[in-house]
Amino acid sequence: MLPLKPFRRDPAPSRLRYRLTRLWLRPWFRRLVNFGVPMLAGVGLVWTLAAEFDVRARLSAALADAKAVIVERPQFTITELDIPDVSADLAEQVRVAAFVKLPANSLEVDVNAVRTRVEDLAAVERARVRALARGVLEIRAIERVPVVVWRSDAGLELLDRGGVRVAEIDSRLRRTDLPLIAGEGASEHVAEALALLAEAKPVAGRVRGLVRVGERRWDVVLDRDQVVRLPADDPVEALGEVIALHASRDLLDRDLTVVDMRDPGRPTLRLTEHSLAELARLRAMVEGEDA
Amino acid sequence: MRRELYEVQRAMRARREAALKRGVIAVLDIGTAKVACLVLQFVPDDGQDAPDGRPTLRQGAFRVIGAANTRSRGVTFGEISSMEECERAVRTAIQGAQKMAGLRVDHVIVSFAGGRPRSYGVTGETDVENGAVAERDIGHVLAACDIPDYGHELEAIHALPVNFCLDRRSGLTDPRGQVGSNLAVDMHLLTVGSTPLRNVLHCIRRCDLELAGVAVSSYASGLASLVEDEQELGAACIDVGAGATGISVFVRRQMIYADAVRMGGAHVTSDICQGLQVSMQDAERLKTMHGGLVATGLDDRDMIELPSILGDWEHDRRQISRSELIGVMRPRVEEIFEEARARLDASGFEYLPSQRIVLTGGSAQIPGLEMCASRILGRQCRIGKPLRVQGLPQSATGSAFATSVGLALHVSHPQDECWDFEMPADRHGARRVTRALRWFKENW
Repeated sequence: MLPLKPFRRDPAPSRLRYRLTRLWLRPWFRRLVNFGVPMLAGVGLVWTLAAEFDVRARLSAALADAKAVIVERPQFTITELDIPDVSADLAEQVRVAAFVKLPANSLEVDVNAVRTRVEDLAAVERARVRALARGVLEIRAIERVPVVVWRSDAGLELLDRGGVRVAEIDSRLRRTDLPLIAGEGASEHVAEALALLAEAKPVAGRVRGLVRVGERRWDVVLDRDQVVRLPADDPVEALGEVIALHASRDLLDRDLTVVDMRDPGRPTLRLTEHSLAELARLRAMVEGEDA
Repeated sequence: MRRELYEVQRAMRARREAALKRGVIAVLDIGTAKVACLVLQFVPDDGQDAPDGRPTLRQGAFRVIGAANTRSRGVTFGEISSMEECERAVRTAIQGAQKMAGLRVDHVIVSFAGGRPRSYGVTGETDVENGAVAERDIGHVLAACDIPDYGHELEAIHALPVNFCLDRRSGLTDPRGQVGSNLAVDMHLLTVGSTPLRNVLHCIRRCDLELAGVAVSSYASGLASLVEDEQELGAACIDVGAGATGISVFVRRQMIYADAVRMGGAHVTSDICQGLQVSMQDAERLKTMHGGLVATGLDDRDMIELPSILGDWEHDRRQISRSELIGVMRPRVEEIFEEARARLDASGFEYLPSQRIVLTGGSAQIPGLEMCASRILGRQCRIGKPLRVQGLPQSATGSAFATSVGLALHVSHPQDECWDFEMPADRHGARRVTRALRWFKENW
């Protein structure tokens, strides 16, 4: 028997297939089918589901459940606050200011808000808050260090190097270790005051304090009611000149009340009445001898 | 009639420009044995026109990005005999080429071999208007050609200005800008039967494609397989196809004559089929595997087993020698070449300075064809393969693809045809009236 020859089909595409192929080769059509239709279908599906009130409620409930399961794990609980390396009363202040109710949840504690609250404390310069393992919230606060006492109309205040108020004190005697500054606007020039005090170190024992005059320049007040008036520009240099004069001629030990350096080209001394009289007597004596 | 054709050709030219602007165009060779399709990609046009404002076709580089060919159905003698079948063949080829290119093709240029092409040499003469020859003068002289009355059965498919003559100074290819007073032109008008041409147009339209040009296949294969010297000095290209053998004569880079013999390789196959009493497929296979045209002593001893119809190895076995096969094939091939020689003689081919003959087409692969051709045509012949084109697959570089490659070259370097020049307005009155009407519309 003859083997049956397989019927060979004409490889020609049918007209419909040909047209579809040509349509498929159009780039916009291909993009439409590949991206547009799936995207449309997805949007439609989500829209239909979301339109069902029940589905939405169940979905949000399920989400809340899932969140609760994660949040309530013991690993995320904060059981204690740790405030290292600060004095005890500041630690207490920080603890109150942090306003964290223990036990708290570390996913829900707003660490940045805690940090802002702690940094709002006057005595704290910077703070770093972080949740450690084993349920500890560490608040690392850097204290402000008071460097001067500022006597103002409002009372006595402790200022740090930047002129920021650290605390109020009721009496100067509480902090005799810190120098005193006074006058309106002195708090904004604490650094300059410190530089002046450093310059005045040879007469440190006699310095009573610094006075800001007219929110513009400094007076150095010494004991025996002596005042060194400094110019608004380069006060440190002017004070340095006075200290140099003191070192060579014992200027400040003499009987005078005011050393006026406000005009740097023309330093002026004001003598006491007694020394003026004494000066006149000596001058007369010298003139008598000459005569 | 003639004006209508010009409009058709102008529309096709406009579509071709649109396709070149888009950069993708397909080339379709509808032959009797196969339908081949190449998809060409052009360098996109940068929108620069010629200085005189006439949009130029880009003389650009192209590469073949898709190629497909399929067995042809419903085509005999290069003419469509069954529209449905031919349409399926075209669809197959187009779809394969599109798939390889990954691009959709909308514009297609078609060549076909049938339709009994006929050449006419026509001349025209006119006076140059202002000293130097301008583009308008060329339009005038082309319009002045006395077109023979070829009747309604035929349609002009090519009208190539072959030679310009300025004040009896002949041999100009481009007289524009030259000074003279009397301009004459020799135009090569090529007509084909209008029914086969309309069938091709209809077939392309049924495949949802836009026709951007039609060429006679012998012209295209001449463009592809003749080298430049041959085109310059004079040569004939004989495109031995399956159903028709196209003849084109080139000189000075212009086609001056084209004709076709309605015989080809398919007739050789049918001769084998009848002479040796085998089926058509087996005859085709015998021809391609064992065929030849020059018998030697060895061929007498070279026995070929004929495929048996009944498949009975004991009782139904036939053997023929190869020289018998050659004896069947040879007379038909000789007949084809004798016909071709008659056509060449009629064309005045022997007066050309050089008379090379190049054989191409699918049947040019028969061994010994060039010896047979040289003997009958009386001149040295060679087998021509198409020019190498960038991106053409190896399988499409044979001589069977000369027409497809030639069409691609024709697209990239189009020859100016008669209808590419603006016709003077006074030659057709209807247009003058519409122009006047338009002027009124625009200005009032």
